[in-house]
Amino acid sequence: MIPLFGQGPSIQTRAVLAILFSVVLMFVDHKLDGFKQVRSMLNSLVSPLQYAANVPQNTLDWMTTSLAFRQQLIADNARLTEQHLILSEKLQRMHFVERENVRLRGLLKSPAREVSAKMVAEVMAVESNRSSQQVVINRGTLNGVYAGQPVLDDKGIVGQVVSVATTTSRVLLISDITHAIPVRIARNSVRSIASGTGFFHQLELNHVPHSADIKQNDILVSSGLGGRFPEGYPVAKVEHVVSNTSLPFAKVVAKPIANLDRIRYLLLLWPDNVEQKPIYEAVDSLVEKAEALL
Amino acid sequence: MSKRIALIYLTLLFSLVLAIFPMPAFLSAFRPDWPLMALIYWCIALPHRVGVLTGCLVGLLLDLLLGSVLGINGLIFSIIAYIAAANFLLIRNFSVWQQAIIVGMLCAFYHLAEYWLIHFLTDSFFEPSLMWPAITTMVMWPWAFLLLRKMRRAFKII
Repeated sequence: MIPLFGQGPSIQTRAVLAILFSVVLMFVDHKLDGFKQVRSMLNSLVSPLQYAANVPQNTLDWMTTSLAFRQQLIADNARLTEQHLILSEKLQRMHFVERENVRLRGLLKSPAREVSAKMVAEVMAVESNRSSQQVVINRGTLNGVYAGQPVLDDKGIVGQVVSVATTTSRVLLISDITHAIPVRIARNSVRSIASGTGFFHQLELNHVPHSADIKQNDILVSSGLGGRFPEGYPVAKVEHVVSNTSLPFAKVVAKPIANLDRIRYLLLLWPDNVEQKPIYEAVDSLVEKAEALL
Repeated sequence: MSKRIALIYLTLLFSLVLAIFPMPAFLSAFRPDWPLMALIYWCIALPHRVGVLTGCLVGLLLDLLLGSVLGINGLIFSIIAYIAAANFLLIRNFSVWQQAIIVGMLCAFYHLAEYWLIHFLTDSFFEPSLMWPAITTMVMWPWAFLLLRKMRRAFKII
């Protein structure tokens, strides 16, 4: 039955309450770091909806792989075998160079570089806020993902994890307007900071003096200075340098090496100096936890 | 009785899934605001069931799904729910096309306010393409309205 008189506070009171509540939430979420835990729980709450939106894409993927022609599978197999062979050869050389590097660093009495743990993640087909560049991936705290974790693809650095839920997490791309990454030029180790511009194909180097030795087609690699991204992964390639001496700094525009607008599979890295570790068998760890409880 | 009311929340949840549903890149700038339409419909059809607080909740869920700062959509959705629920008798008596214009205007307000809030928190910049959804939402409103009304009558949701 429709009540003749409304119950509870009037609609104006409710509106004011809702607006105040939202403003407080905005402040807390934007300014206070301690809210991350709560946000992570809330994100876990909505991840079923994200998985639901991802279903059609998954089904389509499954159909294209299971209905692929035999001819095409044979061709794919041949191509991948060839690629594997070439990469294996590179890996053999890499092992050699790595051993040599460890020996040389030993001679210089500097600590050897550690290898970091990795895990493959898949980008879920869900939309994000249009004013920021983020993707959702299908790994979360159950897999040991943590906020601030570096994310790569097969070509270079893609971004970092900004918020995690139990089974999903959100990756901020390096091209987002709020993102910046410390880099150096592979050719001559000039250090700089590459910040996002809001466009997938563009990064900008901040505060570059006119005298800096930066040329077109220079490769920018992560410098590892912020302590967040490991050192030496490719980030971007310099597109053009405009050195107008009437301006305080040179304008350097670079293009990300990873194809940020068409990423599908990503690599999560666990650098050696963080306490979090990857959990490859998320289900097993859950079963263990349950057994420990019983 | 309560099962029928659950249908309201089911349509709201479904509209949230549609809001994050993957679309080809060239179409996604034109995506109609499904959660906004569902919310406005229920606010004018059943203002004693769906109002400001439901609007705020839908907005917060949308914030979580889109990964924006929590509260941006919550704030705007509660304002829009307030406008719709406070004027439900007026809007209900308009023809569907007149309603579509009002919904389009609310949608334009939504995107402008969202831009203002985001601009206030980060330094994003305005693109005129942000306003396309206002037009597509206006075009989609009559169909969404007829569908939801059919559903409401078929399941006798009051």
